[in-house]
Amino acid sequence: MTIDPRNARPSAAFPPNVIAEIQRAADQGIYEIRGLGTKRRLPSFDDLLLLGASISRYPLEGYREKCDTDVVLGTRFAAKPLELRIPITIAGMSFGSLSAAAKESIGRACTAVGTSSTTGDGGMTEEERRASKLLVYQVLPSRYGLNPRDLRRADAIEVVIGQGAKPGGGGMLLGQKISPRVAKMRTLPEGIDQRSACRHPDWTGPDDLTIKIQELREITDWQKPIYVKVGASRPFFDTQLAVKAGADVVVVDGMQGGTGATQDVFIEHVGIPTLPALRQAVDALVDLDMHRKVQLVISGGIRSGADVAKALAMGADAVSIGSAALMALGCNKPVHVADYEALGTAPGHCHHCHTGRCPVGVTTQDPVLEKRLDPEQGARWLRNYLSVMTLEAQTIARACGKTHVLNLEPEDLVATTIEAAAMAGVPLAGTSWIPGRDLR
Amino acid sequence: MQTGALAAEDVRALNGRLHALPADTNQRAWRVINPRGAHAVAVGLTQELEVVVDGHVGYYCAGMNEAAHVEIRGHCGWGVGENMMSGMVRVAGNASQSAGASGHGGMLVIEGDAGHRCGISMKGIDIVVGGSIGAFSAFMAQAGNLVVCGDAGENLGDSLYEADIYVRGAVASLGADCVEKEMTAADREKVAALLARAGIAADAAAFRRYGSARTLYNFHVDHADSY
Repeated sequence: MTIDPRNARPSAAFPPNVIAEIQRAADQGIYEIRGLGTKRRLPSFDDLLLLGASISRYPLEGYREKCDTDVVLGTRFAAKPLELRIPITIAGMSFGSLSAAAKESIGRACTAVGTSSTTGDGGMTEEERRASKLLVYQVLPSRYGLNPRDLRRADAIEVVIGQGAKPGGGGMLLGQKISPRVAKMRTLPEGIDQRSACRHPDWTGPDDLTIKIQELREITDWQKPIYVKVGASRPFFDTQLAVKAGADVVVVDGMQGGTGATQDVFIEHVGIPTLPALRQAVDALVDLDMHRKVQLVISGGIRSGADVAKALAMGADAVSIGSAALMALGCNKPVHVADYEALGTAPGHCHHCHTGRCPVGVTTQDPVLEKRLDPEQGARWLRNYLSVMTLEAQTIARACGKTHVLNLEPEDLVATTIEAAAMAGVPLAGTSWIPGRDLR
Repeated sequence: MQTGALAAEDVRALNGRLHALPADTNQRAWRVINPRGAHAVAVGLTQELEVVVDGHVGYYCAGMNEAAHVEIRGHCGWGVGENMMSGMVRVAGNASQSAGASGHGGMLVIEGDAGHRCGISMKGIDIVVGGSIGAFSAFMAQAGNLVVCGDAGENLGDSLYEADIYVRGAVASLGADCVEKEMTAADREKVAALLARAGIAADAAAFRRYGSARTLYNFHVDHADSY
């Protein structure tokens, strides 16, 4: 019997993937949990273009005329701000979610290119401290592994309010990844499904945050820059409140940001994209006359030097990458294909960080799988990738006539869609129209 | 005896002096006067110092304490002894919310009452409260002991992991996955030792024990009502 195409018309409301998810939920009785970030199409840096030099602006000669990339983070109050050679940092990712080899690879690569890496939920490992010249230490709601010794040997402190993949949600690490070492670092039984708190245990609200930051500064004798990281939902207000609370650096993570494990419904339906989040955060700083005084780091779906250049042009001081760094280490690489298939997926589509069965040894605690990532090789890959991103950003900045990537400005940008123009606050290409210019 | 007069110097200067002490210092006895509710007093100490704070303090007094013995002769705001690792923090009066939050070790003694979330997220600390504690105390508590001579507020031990809770008085209600457990001879011995260390007189046999039922450790749809 053949299928009559008239009877095979797909439903817009119930396409095959939606039907499959309904039946999976009915079968398993649990929401889908997965890693990485949103898979939906969102307005992004892809919808922006840079305006190269023309008669009114001189370009710089590629490879001959210097285009600097250094940036200093934490200049407001900290005695020892972070001096980075490139404006690309590595976002917080936990040991537990990531293998020790992955953390070491990241630390080594960052040290080689002169940037910072960040701890995650679960504390600081010896490997990453040893490998990282500049290490940002996260203070998270769970407080797993948090201790004053590591606070003092960190180069900066990041108070995490939320992350772009799940603003308003806490961490999640499923039992299969709670190895003996991870369990010990987090003071938890092995093998349990660990859910980190979504609120800090000892403060609520911006007034308390001010006092919390004061405490952290007192413990570290006002030496370390203090970052405040928020998941993008209300970035205008969050940025202003973080500044008011005394942050040296505000980190805004858009909804394209990744995670080691979170409910799919959270990843896909909560938060706002990186593009409007960045613009609102910059607006907030400008409104307070604190732009460039409190540094702004943007993250969430940054993949290339073009993304970096566009983010800086919109007003960020630096960017942070997470998922892209893991991909440089081999995430979704077409090797060990049978192991992807065992997870029911394929290279290029895998988001199974939560299972602990990462075929390339990046997001696993399995001793056999972890050996698939050699920290030296991983560091080389990530170092290459960070260098390429930097060269790409410099290429664009030179074309726009800038001697420093931080000299890129909103006037160098146009948008290719009305949505992106409205969200980024730059004109639609070929027009002087910025939709919603007078609205916030 | 060294004196830190917070009417004359600010918290930064006081903490700076405490942090700058060399390991072989003989200036181990300190008295802080006129704290006037200041925040972050005597935080981040790393040595075996005896610090007496003569008055009321604000948030996070003795936060992240290591080794030091800090005594607060007054009441304190949120987060006294938060994330402390070792040593002893004693409050002669009452403590506000989140006392001993996420503490990893050492002992926190509150002679009066403690507010909501006492011992929240505790990770190995021992907390002894002479009076009563507020709601949601020992929320997500992972390890350590919480001994309460008075009553406990609602939702005690909600989402508890492996910490032990001992209460002498009434418990308004238990939180998700927290259950009453048998008070064994070993428990009575442990509570008696904790009370003795805390310098609080109470009969260990009068306490009841609460701990995790461990039913929420791994997700199951049939427990959805508890989430």
